[in-house]
Amino acid sequence: MDLLNGLVALANFVLIPAIAYGSQLALGALGVTLIYGILRFSNFAHGDTMAVGTMFAVLATWGLQAMGVGFGPLPTALLAIPFGILGAAALVLLTDRFVYRFYRAQKAKPVILVIVSIGVMFIYNGVTRIIIGPEDQRFADGARFVISARDFKEMTGLAEGLALRTSQVITVIAAVAIVAVLFWFLNRTRTGKSMRAFSDNEDLALLSGINPERVVLVTWLIVAALATVAGVLYGLDKSFKPFTYFQLLLPIFASAIVGGLGNPLGAIAGGFVIAFSEVGITYAWKKVLVYMMPPALEPDGLMQILSTEYKFAVSFVILVIVLLFRPTGLFRGKSL
Amino acid sequence: MRAFLLFALVACLILGTGVLQSWNSALLILNMGLVSAVMALGVNLQWGLAGLFNVGVMGFVALGGLAVVLVSMPPVPAAWAAGGVQILTGLVIGAASIVAAVLVWSRLRGALRGWATAAVLLAGMVIYRMVLDPAVDAVEAVDPALAGYLGGLGLPVLLAWPVGGLLAAGVALVIGKTALGLRSDYLAIATLGIAEIIIAVLKNEDWMARGVKNVIGLPRPVPYEVDLQADPAFVERAAGFGLDPTTASTLYVKLEYGILFAVVLIALLVLAQLALKSPWGRMMRAIRDNETAARAMGKDVTARHLQVFILGSAICGVAGAMMTTLDGQLTPGTYQPLRYTFLIWVMVIVGGSGNNLGAVLGGFLIWFLWVQVEPMAQVLMGLVTAGMADGSWLKGHLLDSVQHMRLLTMGVILLLVLRLNPRGLLPER
Repeated sequence: MDLLNGLVALANFVLIPAIAYGSQLALGALGVTLIYGILRFSNFAHGDTMAVGTMFAVLATWGLQAMGVGFGPLPTALLAIPFGILGAAALVLLTDRFVYRFYRAQKAKPVILVIVSIGVMFIYNGVTRIIIGPEDQRFADGARFVISARDFKEMTGLAEGLALRTSQVITVIAAVAIVAVLFWFLNRTRTGKSMRAFSDNEDLALLSGINPERVVLVTWLIVAALATVAGVLYGLDKSFKPFTYFQLLLPIFASAIVGGLGNPLGAIAGGFVIAFSEVGITYAWKKVLVYMMPPALEPDGLMQILSTEYKFAVSFVILVIVLLFRPTGLFRGKSL
Repeated sequence: MRAFLLFALVACLILGTGVLQSWNSALLILNMGLVSAVMALGVNLQWGLAGLFNVGVMGFVALGGLAVVLVSMPPVPAAWAAGGVQILTGLVIGAASIVAAVLVWSRLRGALRGWATAAVLLAGMVIYRMVLDPAVDAVEAVDPALAGYLGGLGLPVLLAWPVGGLLAAGVALVIGKTALGLRSDYLAIATLGIAEIIIAVLKNEDWMARGVKNVIGLPRPVPYEVDLQADPAFVERAAGFGLDPTTASTLYVKLEYGILFAVVLIALLVLAQLALKSPWGRMMRAIRDNETAARAMGKDVTARHLQVFILGSAICGVAGAMMTTLDGQLTPGTYQPLRYTFLIWVMVIVGGSGNNLGAVLGGFLIWFLWVQVEPMAQVLMGLVTAGMADGSWLKGHLLDSVQHMRLLTMGVILLLVLRLNPRGLLPER
């Protein structure tokens, strides 16, 4: 019984949150890694792209709610995601047309594009703050829990509860579905194959008649969709605050680099590596260990390796370790 | 000539602020402009001279701020008695275990290597926490409302400026050792991360500098306004200028800060110019322009990069110490990357990367805009919304959004300069 209680506590406080967070990071990192593979620069504006997409989705959610449209027990925000994607796609395509295309034609160095993306980041950040403001926005509705802690306790008779929030279930399902569609697209369709060819060898792809502008266009569309979905899921799970999205940039980049920049599979693996380490290292293990250990060995302290405020340090340390020992990342992305 | 005209323009802008708004705000802009110029010099050294992409400026600036607290605040004897020595012991143990782990990693070979290193780290971590945690609790329990930290050394505050530089240089050494030599994007992410970590440490390690409870009332290198107002000689002189004692004292204090900052800026600028023109500067630019060729000529690229990374970060640290001295308080909660890292980058790019005068110019100009965009946008929005009904939702929203206009403006300026004049206002040559 004790062991079971321990496992439930572990699932409740570590496994489930980490899987949900990992899915969100993976979706974010996929966007970063696609941009890196096709457009060949690290997009610092990605966090704010997520914020912009989410903002449009939040506005659409409010609109739908005002019209009385709901989605049953599911959050209305899911219905609003297409609007968010439209808004984000329009914005990134405009940005590409008026900003990035010029540097692409010039074949500017990647680092120049990174600086340009910093300018774009400022603008997106400003736009988000002007339209929706810098404050926290809650837009989740529908049923909050699939299983609440109390129901679980009553059902199983265990001392520990297992809460499964709707947002977490949706996050995982959505992430799996999107990743499946994305990989099908990249591996099976003509456009997807041309994207991979372009990423592998630009000159060869051009020679075989692939239209680079089309590849770039499709990439931005996918990135806008990924960023919006990742942003909305994160917002449903926690809350929507523009500055938090900017801060997500670090774990997202860490995920992409840990997995291997430019490698979609790596981005997903990296997302989960970062999420599990962040949650695992900042969680106070006492609750789980009390059940697992014999009473004589029960820990006195909280058994928390680092306090939660240091979660950025975790992604950073993993990033550094990977860069030192395996600079191409776990899945051999392009590097150096 | 172009440089002279542009600097004259900035001077006019600041003087104009003095005439139109108030001399106090003009001097405030001038002082922060001086500090920003120093930061821009540091970034320009790294980016303009060596092509290193450092987006961790905020961290180094914050370290400078920490130095001010550590150097100038009086020590808290009760806290030291409660656990000061034990904290230091804990830190030494932590550092020692990292060194031991590195040694194990480099000495051992074979399958045992990874496990042994991990074991050493884990053991070190456990001992470190066992020593540190109780001491930290004891220190933070000492008069938490006013102290709850170890305090500083009680030395003159001006000493904190070079110390801030040293502190930043030390951290830069560690980061540079690990991250330099990797691709430029990786250095960017690494520095971005380290800056966040430095801020997290400052916010959470209350025993060091009170964390988010802030350290206020830092000693000042200039006299206090109240003392000046009580000084009959000063009041008399102020009356000679036709000023009331209160205004005169605030102006006097700000002017004195300005002079101190200007001395630092000019000294650093002269040094930077000398470095730029020296054989060392030529070598750095050669490395920047063609790393492979420079390496083929026998230049130690990684070592030179490390050198310039440390120098540039140290300058940012000095600037951070100056800024915290000016503020008179350390508030870790206010450090934000957009303001302390990316804004400095806008300054360097707009001013002209690779040109020290350009960086200084960019520092002043962009700081002026950063401060003045809000009132300008206020006026503009006032005109735009003038026709709308009072109390309408849109009008209120538009007027509220004015405060976020500066981010948008900075982005637009950066993109425009990169597009139309990528070499900046004062090009390298």
